[in-house]
Amino acid sequence: MNRRDFLKVAGSGALIASSSGTAEARGNLEPPPEAVGMLYDSTLCIGCKACVVKCKDVNDMPAVTDEHNPQWDQATELSADTLNIIKAYTDGSAETKNAETDGFAFIKRNCMHCVDAGCVSVCPVQAMKKDPKTGIVSHDPDVCIGCRYCVAACPYNIPKYEYDDAFGQIQKCQLCNQKGVERIDNGQLPGCVEVCPTGANIFGTRDELLAEAKRRVAMKPGEENTFPLGTVGSPHGHVAPAADYQPHVFGEHEGGGTQVMVVSGVPHTELGLPDLPDRSYAAVSETVQHSIYSNMLAPAGLLAGLLYFARRNTQEEGQDKDKEEQS
Amino acid sequence: MSHHQATGGRIITLPFLVLSLLALAAIWILGERFFYGLGAVTNLNDGFPWGIWVVYDVVVGTGLACGGYVLALTVYIANKGRYHPLVRPALLASLFGYSLGGIGALVDMGRYWNFYQMFNPGQQNYNSVMLEVGLCVSAYSVVLMIEFLPVVLEKFKAVKWQRKLEKVLFVFIAIGVLLPSMHQSSLGSLLIAMGHKVTPLWQSLHLMPFLALVTAMLLGFSIVIFEGSMVAVGLRRPSESHILTGLTKGVIGLLIVYLVVRFGDLIMRGALGHAFSGDLRGNMFLVETLLFVVPLVILLQKQWRQRGPYLLVAAVSIILAGALYRFNAFLIGFEPGGGFVYFPSVKEILVSVGMVAIEIVGYLLIVKTFPVLPKAHGHADSAHA
Ligand code: SF4
Ligand code: SF4
Ligand code: SF4
Repeated sequence: MNRRDFLKVAGSGALIASSSGTAEARGNLEPPPEAVGMLYDSTLCIGCKACVVKCKDVNDMPAVTDEHNPQWDQATELSADTLNIIKAYTDGSAETKNAETDGFAFIKRNCMHCVDAGCVSVCPVQAMKKDPKTGIVSHDPDVCIGCRYCVAACPYNIPKYEYDDAFGQIQKCQLCNQKGVERIDNGQLPGCVEVCPTGANIFGTRDELLAEAKRRVAMKPGEENTFPLGTVGSPHGHVAPAADYQPHVFGEHEGGGTQVMVVSGVPHTELGLPDLPDRSYAAVSETVQHSIYSNMLAPAGLLAGLLYFARRNTQEEGQDKDKEEQS
Repeated sequence: MSHHQATGGRIITLPFLVLSLLALAAIWILGERFFYGLGAVTNLNDGFPWGIWVVYDVVVGTGLACGGYVLALTVYIANKGRYHPLVRPALLASLFGYSLGGIGALVDMGRYWNFYQMFNPGQQNYNSVMLEVGLCVSAYSVVLMIEFLPVVLEKFKAVKWQRKLEKVLFVFIAIGVLLPSMHQSSLGSLLIAMGHKVTPLWQSLHLMPFLALVTAMLLGFSIVIFEGSMVAVGLRRPSESHILTGLTKGVIGLLIVYLVVRFGDLIMRGALGHAFSGDLRGNMFLVETLLFVVPLVILLQKQWRQRGPYLLVAAVSIILAGALYRFNAFLIGFEPGGGFVYFPSVKEILVSVGMVAIEIVGYLLIVKTFPVLPKAHGHADSAHA
């Protein structure tokens, strides 16, 4: 093989390996126009955990108990038995609600129904799916192979696999719209929203919720405001003084945006929510992968080159062998 | 006339028995896994969905099985015929490595009975790196079997079939170079979607596939050198280090490219500082780097690289470096948050050890009974054919 041949092969190899191929960089996916979701307002949450109980009820999941307290649910972390959890942030004397120092705050954790969901992008068999209309991210155990790539690729550690079951499956919040539940399709509210007594967790389209979230973070601390119950436009609600909000709607841009968003009085990182770049990791991953495999051109081209060399060099070898055998 | 021969010799030896016991232990534990679930034998948890069965058996294991890949690249594509005697043993090791990697992946799959959905066009997700890895690794295992078929045909003296197969073998050789280029780079791409959970020393986003491919080639070359030396010692055959030395040129080039790209990326991302933070991750990075640099230093000295023992040290160092890079990127540098930690359970380790035992037992069994290794007698002269 001479230098030029080598460069040809090396060039095709580099084509395969480099990501700066010919495919267009894939930007973040856009939310469907009728995308639905939830807005959780940490400042209104009283930590009653009614939503945790209702979620177990709707999803038919057992309470997590310890030996000393078998009476009620003791779950402290999301798991394959707990798709929704309320956690507390405390600092110092933990006296003042919504204060970062010497204060406390609550956070509700469940699937964020990402606009550009990592779990959907990485699932080899489309067991994780984003509904084209509602944007709800659902899971189909009948096709799932259990590779748990979705677990690794979810920025929020949401999907959970049932490790203690020989035939375990992946569990995650499907916004109460999975087969057999279908609360959203039937015009009901998600379980956790329906039971929330303070309007800390409300349901709506992503656009409505985003506008409501922005209304809240712009409120003057202490000023009386109306907070709806259940949905954004609900006639039921209560009037309360606004808390001192962080000027940030978590989920507007994070990782390409989410359909479940959070506003709070303490910074989101204190509540255990990650700092994410605006460009979704799914977009980066797919851009790299499709640059390498754009229309399978690079692999096909490389294969053609390889076939040429392999043919030539195996034939030469055959001739050498024949010669040798004659001699 | 063939250039290869079965080495013969007793099959049931003491190492054979010990290795078989380890293999049996692994099979027993796997029975437990299928009966009681993954949690019964592994330390996998809600933060660490992948443990050593994925990272060692699949990610590192298939990297170590790249010997067949790099030799096919060298012998058939770059036309360096004198390495030909190394091809069959390397192919055999690759065949075992990949088959066991495939079994490892299947055993780790939480819903293995749905495995066929990966081959169902109606379900396939072409955005998924995992799909590419799964399909490509499966296809390559089949290709490896076909590439190895001439050995079986030669053993059973099916000359006619052997001739026929050899005419079309170049197609499989070409595919056998293409597929590992694809899935070995994709093994790196798997990490891109994990984003911030892969800590900055290892999250190189766009460069992941490139780094994975270069380490795959390095692992491949080094394992060929390592196996060549081992076979010489273990089966008391003449050393092949004079042929092996030639491979070092490629290795030196790859090491330099790797280090330049890796450090260039770390500096550009401003992540190099983490290396000196003194924590586990920083220290593991330093060890990893040392393992890449030491062999480069050795191989750059002409008088060292021609000496069998030095060459072996360099090869082992690269093997450890490549393996540690992958371990670091997938496990040690993985930070899911939420206080999750992972360390493999004894049973998990025993299964991985058992897999390696199966590999070695199978390898020994086959080289003793099939014409895999080059003829010992006078092979130094005919090696350049
Ligand atoms: S939060 Fe995780 S599980 Fe939920 S949609 Fe986003 S990536 Fe998927
Ligand atoms: S575990 Fe199931 S849902 Fe998750 S990525 Fe794998 S196949 Fe898809
Ligand atoms: S939407 Fe349904 S599944 Fe999701 S957290 Fe609320 S109650 Fe649970």
